[in-house]
Amino acid sequence: MGVLPKNLFKKPNNPLENYDKSKTYSPDVPSEMCIPCPACKAILFNSELTENSHVCPKCGFHFRINPRQRLHLIADEGTFEEFDANMRSRNLIDFPNYDRKLKHALLESGSKEAVVCGRAAIGGFACCLFVMDPYFMVGSMGTVVGEKITRLFEYATEHSLPVVGFTVSGGARMQEGILSLMQMAKTSGAVKRHSDAGNLYAVVLTDPTTGGVTASFAMEADVTIAEPGALIGFAGPRVIEQTIRQKLPNGFQRSEFLYEKGFVDVILKRTEQKQYLTTLLSLHQKGEPANGRV
Amino acid sequence: MDAYERVTNARAKGRPTGLAFIRNLFEDFLEMHGDRRFGDDSAVVAGIARLDGMPVTVIALERGVDTKDKIERNFGMAHPEGYRKALRQMKLAEKFGRPVVCLVDTSGAYCGIGAEERGQGLAIAENLMEMMTLKTPVLSILIGEGGSGGALGLAVADEVWMLENAVYSVISPEGCASILWKDPSKVKEAAACLKLTAEDLLGLGVIERIIGEEDGNFDAVYDLLRGEIAATLRRNRELPIDELLQRRYDRFRKIGAGK
Repeated sequence: MGVLPKNLFKKPNNPLENYDKSKTYSPDVPSEMCIPCPACKAILFNSELTENSHVCPKCGFHFRINPRQRLHLIADEGTFEEFDANMRSRNLIDFPNYDRKLKHALLESGSKEAVVCGRAAIGGFACCLFVMDPYFMVGSMGTVVGEKITRLFEYATEHSLPVVGFTVSGGARMQEGILSLMQMAKTSGAVKRHSDAGNLYAVVLTDPTTGGVTASFAMEADVTIAEPGALIGFAGPRVIEQTIRQKLPNGFQRSEFLYEKGFVDVILKRTEQKQYLTTLLSLHQKGEPANGRV
Repeated sequence: MDAYERVTNARAKGRPTGLAFIRNLFEDFLEMHGDRRFGDDSAVVAGIARLDGMPVTVIALERGVDTKDKIERNFGMAHPEGYRKALRQMKLAEKFGRPVVCLVDTSGAYCGIGAEERGQGLAIAENLMEMMTLKTPVLSILIGEGGSGGALGLAVADEVWMLENAVYSVISPEGCASILWKDPSKVKEAAACLKLTAEDLLGLGVIERIIGEEDGNFDAVYDLLRGEIAATLRRNRELPIDELLQRRYDRFRKIGAGK
């Protein structure tokens, strides 16, 4: 009898069985026609998603969006005037591969940095606006983000304008070392001066807002709004799990959790935000007699 | 000495911790406990003391000396109530016109369920905002490890000094190595990349002074510090408060402001 092949009893390879089961969909929107919702797995047309403010019409999952999409939803058409649009990061401490990462971030996001700042009108009310970009190094804060935010608050203080901000950030940008950390103090100083001058600052926390941004200007607003289901915290969930060596409970650090703990004024769906912000701004107009009464 | 050796020195067993500095630098130290909101965080030691005849408020991050002490103090990793205790004492310092001295030594603010539930990010953010406009001189000295936001939460000051072997960084070298190279053993390379030594930070304009460690003779260090701290606080106390606050704002404003 001849020698039997070693793999006689081995099941033949079936490519259909070997797909990566652990793979989860990342909540971004590629350019294809259709996209599955990461939450309910419904297959959605890109066009219906765009029409619905990039919120799943089936389950209400909020897809991450870039600053251009956000501005389109929030600012009155044609009113946005960008500040410091060409400010670019440099490799200030010669961090390995940072230049390459910046180039990649530019290509991936189509943005020059992780925040877009400027002035605009929302429902007819003038304000300063900043919108962070989840696709530019996960909205991390380096010196350019810190500088742009600081300049925006300084401008708003000088012109007695309210600031409306949309945060999304993985935290301070490691590749700029201690200089990133210092941006937390710098931006906080500018927010404080804006606040002390009696101006309104409203923030919308979107998925994810963590680290050095949470520990600075994301948590320093007069009115704190959160998008449903957004991850909001100081430490990332993985870091916490490693520190305490246990699994975190479901929903930990989500908007609803922060709301329950008293850190958020209101959770607003993306479709409700513009109307809410319009009313909020109207209630903070300076020099108006209360409710129009004399 | 390379960057990682500094990290090792900053963390070394037997290195004087916050309380040792308090005992050796100040007289009549009265410790004040609690944040009046949740509890008392023993990773933060705060109180009133006298320096060269002058009443001051002292706040230190304390990592603990022996094992029992370290566990009790959570290895110097503060919870939100620690930052709130510090802020409460700073507000009292402002009320009574006492200068504030912060002694920073922590691997970072604690990352845990309770810390998140009680608003770790908010607690640090509030300290950054309030310290920027605290109407009394503030001096922060990094005496060991300066771990990210947890250190910065006590280091928004008119001047920031570092001991020769102290380090100050946006992320720990271990954290950086595992993100950058997916390999926590490359801490030495990471430490060098992060530019976290006192010399690096002086060059980057992030600190004002390096305090020499006199080859580990800390009695000499205390003698030097006592005089230097008192002189600096007195000098800053002479400034009109608006000017002091403008200088403090500008101190941070210029970091990363381009040319």
